[in-house]
Amino acid sequence: MIEFVDIALLVLLGITAFSIIRQKNLFAAVMMVGIYSLLSAGLFVVMDAVDVAFTEAAVGAGISTVLMLGTLALVGHSEHQPQHRPILPLFVVILTGAVLVYGTLDIPPFGDASNPAHHHVAPHYLEESEHEIGVPNVVTSVLASYRGYDTMGETTVIFAALVGVLLLLSLGPRPRRVFLNGRWITVAASEKDASKEGVRDVQEDSVQVSHEEEDSGDTNG
Amino acid sequence: MTALGLFNYWAVIFLMMVGFYTLIARGNLVKKIIGLNIFQTSVFILYITMGKITGGTAPIFVEGGEDVIYSNPIPHVLILTAIVVGVATSAVGLSLVIRIKEAFGTIEEDEIQDESL
Repeated sequence: MIEFVDIALLVLLGITAFSIIRQKNLFAAVMMVGIYSLLSAGLFVVMDAVDVAFTEAAVGAGISTVLMLGTLALVGHSEHQPQHRPILPLFVVILTGAVLVYGTLDIPPFGDASNPAHHHVAPHYLEESEHEIGVPNVVTSVLASYRGYDTMGETTVIFAALVGVLLLLSLGPRPRRVFLNGRWITVAASEKDASKEGVRDVQEDSVQVSHEEEDSGDTNG
Repeated sequence: MTALGLFNYWAVIFLMMVGFYTLIARGNLVKKIIGLNIFQTSVFILYITMGKITGGTAPIFVEGGEDVIYSNPIPHVLILTAIVVGVATSAVGLSLVIRIKEAFGTIEEDEIQDESL
């Protein structure tokens, strides 16, 4: 039964991933990425990784979808048709895939308890962590205690990313969302948008932008 | 279970290659980040697959369970960290896309190249 669920979820993941590359509308692609994350969270539950499933559903399907939607609101959502035929990328991808498939032939079979991955420190964590740490969830005790420095490094990375995002988005002009004529539109920032003349410029720009958006929507739709 | 032996790994490789293809063949920068996300998630699935033991259960201690088999908790811990770091890095990537849109007026790779020539 579990094997059946596993195969079904993996096939669904494959279909979703394939339709993401075919999708020209980026809003639809981003929603499909959310579906992809949720499906993979389901797969993690089937594979006994419940903590990972929680995180993937909350962070992968939730936060990253919101981040991407926010970006699309500022940069537009239609993708251009690629101009050249993707022969070289296809060749590279198929070659890499073939090498990886060749590599899997040596991998120990799925789910075997005698796999080398299960014989290093994992038995120690599973046998001793209840006495040494006193938390029933082994993942929690490894995350917060045995490998606590990893988690500290992780928070350092998140802090660095936060600083990077703030620096990138706070310095200099950036596109904004304004409410004009009953709808939200994106305007490119002008050089002098602090002054009142600047505001008028922005509004004229934005009218142009909205026309462009309508035009592109017609051609794509 | 032998029929399933390598299916998981091959499915992971397929997903990984779909992400890789999106990353190198598509010119739209947001699409590239989507491809990177697909690639990332396939690596997560690979790790979690390695941690699974047939007949095992989630590594949370069961009261009075002496002969319960638990799956390997270490890949779970590594991937928990990787998911959060992955979202942080794609946030940086997306804000770079916003800056590129502001500087060049487009997020299509070929148009950016024309612009900067």
